[in-house]
Order: sequence, then C-alpha cells, then structure tokens
Amino acid sequence: MNELTIDATVENIPTVTDFVDEQLEAHGCPMKAQMQIDIAIDELLSNIAYYAYSSGSGTVTIRVEIAEEPLSVLITFIDNGVPYDPLKKEDPDTTLSVDQRDIGGLGIYMVKKSMDGVEYEYKDGQNVLKITKKF
Amino acid sequence: MTISKKQNGTELEIALEGRLDTTTAPQLEGELKHSIDGVTDLIMDFSALEYISSAGLRVLLAAQKVMNKQGNMVIRGVNETVMEVFEITGFVDILTIE
Repeated sequence: MNELTIDATVENIPTVTDFVDEQLEAHGCPMKAQMQIDIAIDELLSNIAYYAYSSGSGTVTIRVEIAEEPLSVLITFIDNGVPYDPLKKEDPDTTLSVDQRDIGGLGIYMVKKSMDGVEYEYKDGQNVLKITKKF
Repeated sequence: MTISKKQNGTELEIALEGRLDTTTAPQLEGELKHSIDGVTDLIMDFSALEYISSAGLRVLLAAQKVMNKQGNMVIRGVNETVMEVFEITGFVDILTIE
C-alpha cells in the first residue's frame, strides 16, 4: 500500500496522477485502464477541491492498493471537507441537444461508467471515496 | 498540454498534445476565446491527445455552440480512450468526429 497526502487543489492533480501512474505502471496496468483511472482522478480531485473544500482548504489522502486475482487496483480518496457524496448526483441526460446540454454531473457519471466499482461513505468526519478497476 | 494552431483565412486548425483535463482546459478555453472570432471552419486535431475529462468536454461544448452559429467544427484523430468518453457522455451526437 502506498499513500500520499497533499493539499486538495486542482494544481496538485498532476502530482497525484504521477503518483498513481507510477504504481500502475509497476504492476503492468494496461494503458487504456491507466488513462481511465487518470480521468477518474481528475474528476474526483476537482470535485473535492471545488465542493468538499468550497469554502476553505485542506488536504486529501490518496491510498493505492494493488490486489491479485483478479489483478486490480483500489484507490481511496480521503478528505476532511464538508460531507459531499458525488454518487447522489443524478445521472445526466446524455441525449440532449447541444443547446440544452450542460456539463453538470458528467464527470462523476464517467467515473461510474469506466470503473468497476465506486463507493462513498462519510466516516469519522471524513469523506471516503473508493474506486476499483480491474486490469 | 501543448496547443499548436494553424490559421488559413477563416479556417483555424488547433492541434492538442497531452491531456485535456481540469488543469489544462483553461488553456484551450483561453486560446479559443482569443482566436475563434471570424472563424468559419474550426478543425481540432486530437491525434496527440491522450485523454479528456469533463473539464475538457465543457470547453468543447462551448466551442461547438459558438461554431454552430458561425460555421463548422470537426474533430480529427480521436483515440480509443477519447472516443469512449465521447460515447459514454453522448458527445458523439453533438460533435462532428471524422
């Protein structure tokens, strides 16, 4: 298990992405799964920065655990911001025309569709979000 | 992300290299704001684009809305990861992908 604690800002997204990618590469994660995970990191960290810490700042801890059989990764995002469950957001209507479209909810929807599992809980004053992806 | 552009009259080609995400989307947004005026044909070359997140989709949607009023916008060289994002989000029906 590897862990990184860092200020939850959008500027730090590349640092977190590099930290996770390094471990994915070390375990032979296919490029396609890696990019889907990178997109998920972008969506989830920007949510934490914008919503969980909308009226302040704080840190986020990213924990990466690789499991065998099936080979997969579990990534946990933990922050101390206000309770924010992105899974509560209603799925967007992806059939609307260009003029009716807005972007709200698309990010978390993409995460739900591309990961094998997404779980949220608010525990001990912390938002805990877990994503799993099989290689 | 690196943005390179080629202008030929009212045709503008923008090539993206790297990742179009929360940290880089403002770069593209700024570039478009600066150069989209008077453009009738906007070509986005994605051959060197690795992936796109919802922050990038937001910029593409805004660009498509502008171009619907003043001309055409096409996206070229889309890789498998980016295509999947367009499919999941229904953007395949909004954008013109060649």
